[in-house]
Amino acid sequence: MTGSQRPDETSPGTTLLAATGICKHFGDFTANDDVGFEIEAGEIHALLGENGAGKSTFVKMVYGLLQPDSGQIIWRGEPVTIRSPQHARELGIGMVFQHFSLFQALTVAENIALALPPGESLEDLSERVRAMSAEYGIGVDPDARIHNLSVGEQQRVEIVRCLLQDPSLLIMDEPTSVLTPQETEQLFDVLRRFSKAGVAILFISHKLEEIRSLTRRATVLRRGRNVGTVESASRSSKQLAEMMVGSSVGDIDGQDAPESEPDVLFAVRGLDRPPATPFATPLRNLSFVARAGEVLGIAGIAGNGQDELMEALTGEWTGAGQNVITINGRDITRDGPSRRRQHSIGFVPEERNGHAAVPGMSLADNALLTSHSLGEVASRGVIDSDRTRQMAAEIAGAFDVRLPQENPMASALSGGNLQKFVVGREISKQPSLFIVSQPTWGVDVGAALFIRRAMLELAESGSAVVMISQDLEEIFAISHRVAVLHDGQMSEPMVTADTTAETVGLLMGGSVPLKTAGAGDAA
Amino acid sequence: MINLVPRKEIPLSLTLTTTAVAVALTLIAGAAIFGVLGYDPLAALYQFFIAPVSRGYQVADLFVKACPLIIIASGLVFSYRANVWNIGAEGQMILGAMFSGYVALYWGGMPAPLLLPAMILAGVLGGLAWAMIPAILKTRFNTNEILVSLMLTYVAVLFIDWTVRGPWRDPMSFGFPLTPMYPDAGMIARVDLPGIGRLAQLHWGVLGALVLSVAAWFILRRTMVGFQVQVMGDAPRAGRFAGFSPALVTVLVLGISGGAAGLAGMVEVSANIGQLQPNISFGYGFTAIIVAFLARLNPLGVIVAGLVVALAEMGGDAAQIAMGIPKVVTGVFKGILLFMLLAGETFNRFHVEFRLPGTAARAAATAATKESGSV
Repeated sequence: MTGSQRPDETSPGTTLLAATGICKHFGDFTANDDVGFEIEAGEIHALLGENGAGKSTFVKMVYGLLQPDSGQIIWRGEPVTIRSPQHARELGIGMVFQHFSLFQALTVAENIALALPPGESLEDLSERVRAMSAEYGIGVDPDARIHNLSVGEQQRVEIVRCLLQDPSLLIMDEPTSVLTPQETEQLFDVLRRFSKAGVAILFISHKLEEIRSLTRRATVLRRGRNVGTVESASRSSKQLAEMMVGSSVGDIDGQDAPESEPDVLFAVRGLDRPPATPFATPLRNLSFVARAGEVLGIAGIAGNGQDELMEALTGEWTGAGQNVITINGRDITRDGPSRRRQHSIGFVPEERNGHAAVPGMSLADNALLTSHSLGEVASRGVIDSDRTRQMAAEIAGAFDVRLPQENPMASALSGGNLQKFVVGREISKQPSLFIVSQPTWGVDVGAALFIRRAMLELAESGSAVVMISQDLEEIFAISHRVAVLHDGQMSEPMVTADTTAETVGLLMGGSVPLKTAGAGDAA
Repeated sequence: MINLVPRKEIPLSLTLTTTAVAVALTLIAGAAIFGVLGYDPLAALYQFFIAPVSRGYQVADLFVKACPLIIIASGLVFSYRANVWNIGAEGQMILGAMFSGYVALYWGGMPAPLLLPAMILAGVLGGLAWAMIPAILKTRFNTNEILVSLMLTYVAVLFIDWTVRGPWRDPMSFGFPLTPMYPDAGMIARVDLPGIGRLAQLHWGVLGALVLSVAAWFILRRTMVGFQVQVMGDAPRAGRFAGFSPALVTVLVLGISGGAAGLAGMVEVSANIGQLQPNISFGYGFTAIIVAFLARLNPLGVIVAGLVVALAEMGGDAAQIAMGIPKVVTGVFKGILLFMLLAGETFNRFHVEFRLPGTAARAAATAATKESGSV
């Protein structure tokens, strides 16, 4: 129905959607403050901002998931109140979410049929999916079952599902966060074809290079306010980053190739882990070493065994056998987290809330969480609460954690501040080995830079750092060596300075077989 | 439209306010029920909550009534804080009474100063042993501790019934299902202060209960044991990351709550009854669940909450005697109170925002005029 209106109303250059004065509050928190925004028909427009800048809140209002407290949305020249996602779809607005909503056991066509009005046979639908897939070069097989598809393919299924509803505006929420560089390029080709066909795309991201290569214009949000709309290509990444954070940002350019082979401090040899649940990734014969004074980056797309590996490294899972994990030659494979910490190892798992920290407890108690086995904060089982408070205050002071009050609950800190706290909690103990997963996931640019510098300083002081990260920029900025985790297997580590993002990307996507490390050592 | 926004901090004053409001609403709802049943609401509330403590000695009795509730709830707090739902304190209390009763009846000849300590130990072990059944089933086979501990209560009730009618029955009881009386050395003495004398039924077990709940507070708030329990309840994954064992904490909290319930069973019989009979508890193990929640799972709050709930229990008796109000109304009161407390918890955790549906549109219109004015 919207399709019939499209030819005359959405010719390029006409404004498709305009929002003025949008405000949205959650309690005391202002998520959107007088945001104005415009997108033209057929335009690829970036919405750029740090985590917490209000991007998601804004697009949820455009998609009818939230209602603005004040302000106006104009769609094709008419003021509208977008009541629900259903209403948004009727207007011609589609959205692809960061997290997919697909039934794993059903086929592509069945999943798509569930989202469309009933009445069309699966055969007809499959035919339409094939036609659309061919037209835009999407490459989706309607008969494939979802659980056999890669993440990139699943995302394309979501895109096809949106497109079959014939939208004139497609919103994509951080679509590349789960893709390899190669998959990202393929996605961009598809998006450019949509744009030529007259579909406007609102592309949410905080990856600046992508925005510069894909989008025509970018609207930058900072702390809920629109700080400007610019021609994307006319600004450097650094300039865009400065718009995002509101101050000049430093940068880490990458690490030189190591001149020697420093001593092996920590070694994993032939780690196998059967899947704990049907959806877990088994770890298969995984081996690597961490050397004193170096950062080892472990790249990989989420869901390729990172969680399973991290649990095996922290000691939350200890079923690997004997002599699989050693530090300074001592076997710690069967030691739990407390015993491993006594060997001067610091850990920061990926999830801040409820894993690295207890949200409902004070920072002092959260400091106690990983230091209780180290003997200075609890004597005979009685907690020295003055000492834990002092520890928390020292960590906050040294790692620039901004506190809303003295000894607040962990949940009262912003994501970036809490991440600085949990990283600082471990680094301040000067561990000889520091193992971290996604150290800067979902934190602002300033905090990320701070955390990366702290990890580098720790390595320079002679400690070994093992960093599991999905962020290739981060891997290339601070790691001396990089290994790739794919489908529960790990590649031979490469010297970062001698390799390229493309090489690593191909390994991440599994299109090049991994040359796994340590097959000989494992025996 | 109503939005529930999670609070980042829950101030103590708010917790106290919601608790007070919950109690007040319970009273109002109770008064309404009395009115509907045809009783004078104010007179009934007076009988329920004032009359039982209108004389000095009655206050002492209130403490006696609250004693098992305080002991059991002090233990249950650990269990619920750890997100382990021990609903079977009633059965654990019965087993505690039986274990200590066995010591009193069959080993009563031991030196007198040793008998009470031995009975206390046996009582704690009895409750603990009964609680270990759900603990082991949960940690080994992942069974649901709510169902297992609850069902074991009925097993315990039938077990004590069979014992006092069968093997342990006093041959001199003329066929009544009673064991012989405990030896004097196995009884908990009444408080007898020089110069003041006895304070009604007040016994030393009450003092023990108060000490126990202070000790529980210290353990929960100031020791690694309590810290583990709280971390496991709040964020089990963070607990494993910290190096705590979920299985160990489950066993620990079921052990603590079971042991406390067993102790309560020993105290109740040794201080008030003096022999085993089919009914030794009158539902203290279940009522203590409400006490633990009324106390907001704070062991010190358990003392106050235990007294409040004991007052309602005594009030039920008083109202039945004075006005003929059925005693079951006490159960209705307890139910309403628990409901109000849980509802109050929502207001504790969330900030509630009310918004009229029209305001967004109006605000949009104002913004639009402002916009056009500035252009």
